[in-house]
Amino acid sequence: MKQTEVTLRVNKKERQATVAPRLLLSDFLRHNLHLHGTHVGCEHGVCGACTIIVDGSAVRSCLMFAVQADGCEVTTVESLGSINKLHPLQQAFWEEHGLQCGFCTPGMLMVAIELLSKNPNPTEDEIREAISGNLCRCTGYQNIVKSIASAAKKMRAVTEAAA
Amino acid sequence: MKPAPFDYERPATLAAALALLKNDSGTSKVIAGGQSLVPMMNFRIVRPDRLIDINRISELDYHRIEGSDLVIGALCRHAALKESDLVKQACPMMQAAYEWVAHGPVRNRGTLCGNLCHADPASEMPAVVLAADAVMLLRSSETKRSVPAGQFFVGQYETATADNEILVEVRIPVARKNQGWGFHEVNVRKGDFAIVAAAATLQVAAAKVQAVSIALAGVGSHAIRLQASEKALIGRNADDAAFREASAAGAVAIDPNSDIHGSAQYRRDLAKTLIYRALCDARDRCG
Repeated sequence: MKQTEVTLRVNKKERQATVAPRLLLSDFLRHNLHLHGTHVGCEHGVCGACTIIVDGSAVRSCLMFAVQADGCEVTTVESLGSINKLHPLQQAFWEEHGLQCGFCTPGMLMVAIELLSKNPNPTEDEIREAISGNLCRCTGYQNIVKSIASAAKKMRAVTEAAA
Repeated sequence: MKPAPFDYERPATLAAALALLKNDSGTSKVIAGGQSLVPMMNFRIVRPDRLIDINRISELDYHRIEGSDLVIGALCRHAALKESDLVKQACPMMQAAYEWVAHGPVRNRGTLCGNLCHADPASEMPAVVLAADAVMLLRSSETKRSVPAGQFFVGQYETATADNEILVEVRIPVARKNQGWGFHEVNVRKGDFAIVAAAATLQVAAAKVQAVSIALAGVGSHAIRLQASEKALIGRNADDAAFREASAAGAVAIDPNSDIHGSAQYRRDLAKTLIYRALCDARDRCG
């Protein structure tokens, strides 16, 4: 089957590759770009672990083909922070014990990023609604909800201080 | 969990997409949001030779009022409809039903038309478009035809769409001022497919039922209208007794399956209760 050329921006960096049409975007990120932060759980759109942001919207990267992302702006968990300088959301997950095994965390972080970009002051119900498509088998969700609420509060404080 | 190989086309216009499908014998698949198709491809339940990606056909990304219809194009995403003030006014039943449909990231990408073409027997939107008397606009490179929702769903994951056609638009009559509606569902977890869902619309004049629609999802191979129950309600007082009779008759008329989520009898019981609740809500919302 014909290979296709794609050009896209991933975490603000332009990337070019020649890919088979059947290559999932999740596999493209992990195998071709070696961005292993995006986790692959169920590969049929149920678990949410592979959630990334494409052109401003959170989507499942296992339900998109890399060819479909041609020309798109893609943001993965690697864009958030580094080991030495965590993003406030990652910091909050650490402080509030929002993870145990960590498998669901990249997806949780990316849906939370989308939520907080649209709604800086979400209620608990809105947080639960936002993460409802992401499965966690360790935490029972309580600490994930707490983490996102805590991050929202800190991020609002920073925004307000800057204003 | 990887799809079988396929060729990929990304036409820029509807005309180009239809031209690609012109002599197709069912080996190509049209992909919009891909939220149902890609999982099936990952499982290799579906193995198209070629995907025709309509995501860049911006002329199909719209929803607007045209005359007395809310019209929704093939590329209009669930998320846009769920948040739309236009939908809120023209088809509030659809907006309420969206509370039950999938999760944010799936709604960000999935489309209404793709969802209808997938025709999952337990999906909410087929029941909504049935109850709302929607019409499907199907186009091929040479033809254009309108198919009422009642004739669109023909089997499990099967619609009236031919191999060379695309569902380009759904037309939903704008809800009349005096039309009430109800939507009820029971499922295992939020965002799951329905075990049973019921959608109803109602118009009442001088306390009598003037017009009514009742649709169910999850009770057979595809979403259905309960025409016998509807007919029996016309002219009756819009009261609890009439609704109880209609919902009991509806539960007898269906032929649901048993599966891990519930037995056929449980689904009948749910159908009876959910139809009743949907009708009561519809009456309470009649203007």
